[in-house]
Amino acid sequence: MTSRSATIFAASIALTPLLQLSEQEILRIYKSMTMLNLLDQILTDCSRDGRISFYLTVEGEEGAVVGSAAGIEPDDLTFGQYRESCGILLYRGCPVNSLVHQCYGTASDTHSKGRQMPVHYSSTEFSSVSISSTLATQVPQAVGAALSYKRARNGRVSVAYFGEGAASMGDVHAAFNMASVLGCPTIFFCRNNGWAISTPTQEQYKGDGIVIRAPSYDMKAIRVDGNDVFAVLTAMKAARKICINESRPVLIEAMSYRLAHHSSTDESTYYRSPHEIHYWRKHDPITRLHRYMENRGIWDAEKEEEWLKQANQLIEEALVEAESTKSLSPEAMFTDVYEKMPPSIEKQMMETKLHLEKYRDKYPMSNYLPWN
Amino acid sequence: MASKGLRVLSTGLQPKCSLSYRGLFQQLAKGGTVTIVSKRSCSYFTYVPEEPPETAGEVRQMNLCQAVNNAMEIALQTDPTAVIFGEDVAFGGVFGATRDLATKFGKDRVFNTPICEHGIAGAGIGVAIAGSTAVIEMQFADYIMPAFDQIINEASRMRYRSGNTFTSAGLTIRAPSGGINHGAIYHSSSPETFFTHMPGIKMVIPRGPIQAKGLLLSCIRENDPCIFFEPKILYRSAVDMVPTEDYMIPLGKAEKIQDGSDLTMVAWGTQIHVLRDVAKLAAEKYGITCDIIDLRTLNPWDMDTVANSVVKTGRLLIAHEAPYTSGFGAEIAASIQQECFGHLKAPIERVTGFDTPGIPHKFEVFYKPDRWRCIEAVRRLIMPKAIERLETSVGYI
Repeated sequence: MTSRSATIFAASIALTPLLQLSEQEILRIYKSMTMLNLLDQILTDCSRDGRISFYLTVEGEEGAVVGSAAGIEPDDLTFGQYRESCGILLYRGCPVNSLVHQCYGTASDTHSKGRQMPVHYSSTEFSSVSISSTLATQVPQAVGAALSYKRARNGRVSVAYFGEGAASMGDVHAAFNMASVLGCPTIFFCRNNGWAISTPTQEQYKGDGIVIRAPSYDMKAIRVDGNDVFAVLTAMKAARKICINESRPVLIEAMSYRLAHHSSTDESTYYRSPHEIHYWRKHDPITRLHRYMENRGIWDAEKEEEWLKQANQLIEEALVEAESTKSLSPEAMFTDVYEKMPPSIEKQMMETKLHLEKYRDKYPMSNYLPWN
Repeated sequence: MASKGLRVLSTGLQPKCSLSYRGLFQQLAKGGTVTIVSKRSCSYFTYVPEEPPETAGEVRQMNLCQAVNNAMEIALQTDPTAVIFGEDVAFGGVFGATRDLATKFGKDRVFNTPICEHGIAGAGIGVAIAGSTAVIEMQFADYIMPAFDQIINEASRMRYRSGNTFTSAGLTIRAPSGGINHGAIYHSSSPETFFTHMPGIKMVIPRGPIQAKGLLLSCIRENDPCIFFEPKILYRSAVDMVPTEDYMIPLGKAEKIQDGSDLTMVAWGTQIHVLRDVAKLAAEKYGITCDIIDLRTLNPWDMDTVANSVVKTGRLLIAHEAPYTSGFGAEIAASIQQECFGHLKAPIERVTGFDTPGIPHKFEVFYKPDRWRCIEAVRRLIMPKAIERLETSVGYI
């Protein structure tokens, strides 16, 4: 077990009593978490098989991600780092095949038109901002969006997600400071999952995690057990209320553990012990929620089997669909640089079209839609 | 800018406490051991006011800074979502570009931020993502660098990477740029090519007040993120009778401000006014006439206007303050030689700042692409067989 500080930061926001969630709401949360976990496993296999070029999972942190999504409104704008979008989108109702299309970069990839690596989702429909690979750049952007919402008095908040590693970036300090000074309704959600690729927390920060930084910005903050989905949800709801009522940011540090490798290009047993992973696997958020649901009598082995069958089928259908869908024609390489294509890019595009017509047998043209 | 204070030269004369500094300098001069050197050098160009269009209604005298202020005022009046923020903008900004805007529109629309360029840029992108308009200020173009990550990796890429689901369309970044005779290494930069090299963002530089107002309003209303560099040396020295109405000048279009037949000159911003003087000199010395083209937008740039001119004249001179290597002149030269090779009568000339990391304080007078360096380039262009190369370590001048 990593020797992270066990200091419990005194709650500086009053927690409401454990919310009485309906069976329907709990099931929605559970199904989102398990679908997320299953999709992660299957797409990881796809990346190992070479069917998609890359993948990263949120294994072990499903409670933090889905719990946070459940604690906000559907049109609160989320700015993910890269591990959160899948869970947020699934919870908000994004179809599985939409996500799989993005990973495959097909012509049905509405998130990035085949331009981004897998897991770089983007959806205006589900209020989840386009993911970039650069760490923490999204955090001050969430502040700007919240500023805009405050002015518009539309009752929305923004949520900026980042890991404890990304919290070392200057952008996070910039965002904390600006949000506090300008009074922006932003929830800063830090997933402290113990690892930033191979860097454990003791090599990332010297203080008591991320939550301790909040008072220096006059920001309210709380540390929660990120693997307790109800704790995360409760904290999120309370934070949102503060943001809206008091026009100020709130920081939530969700303590969790990255069961996953950093990504498909990482083998984490090179730098951490399998015993540690084994320990945290027994405390993962899905197992805990499952146990709660069984104890409450709203779930059982039969329902579990039925649901997993359903989920597997959905994913399988999405895979078959994505595997048989071509990518957009190479014209998509040149569009959307600006609103209107300038002459210089048009020239490059036309030259490429002629080139590909001449050398079509040298390129994998059958993987792409025809260029008209 | 830091004020270094006055330093007393040691000359053996002991100033009494009651002496004022002026008295001290007079004493030093009398002492004969110290020569009072001349003060800061004069401006190296003459600003010729632009005539307002005939169709313009009411006009008002404005310098470039006031024209920028007027454009922002109109933006705030016409776009209720527009906000202006940056360091010190609330009281008017260090150059006065945002003067009175906070008073007129309120502190929720025109406000200061902490000192944090990457936070300012990131928040500006966030405002744009939320569908509002952000006009953010970098106090000097030299200080845009902390925002580089946000501009390159986020603002420029947002529309493309998200398959047109999110954009930074509502973002405009303004900054004072260019030499000012005493700005030295950290207050004189022309960093335009760091950004012209990035597809997805537009780069605009005006040459005067009428241009600045129209171009800035276009930038603010453009559905793409824009960077607007304002030549700070023109803030006070460039004065036009500027139309008070709401007008825009299109981006991506160069303007030929002078017609000629023998030589094409291309520049932007302050350098346009240097080239006007050079064209006059060229007429006197060599009896030639020049096309002078103001690019106005560097990315995307109007290659057609330049190419059409070069096809006519066969000679191209590009001048800019930014350093030689990888300056925007390199882009123009490479493209024009490809498009117009058969029409060229001489190699394309670039007269630029030198490849030093900044304009050095006391040497700015030598650094700038002034009229003398430009007229030498003209000479080389019209007499290519007679090019003399000085035997310097550089090999050319």
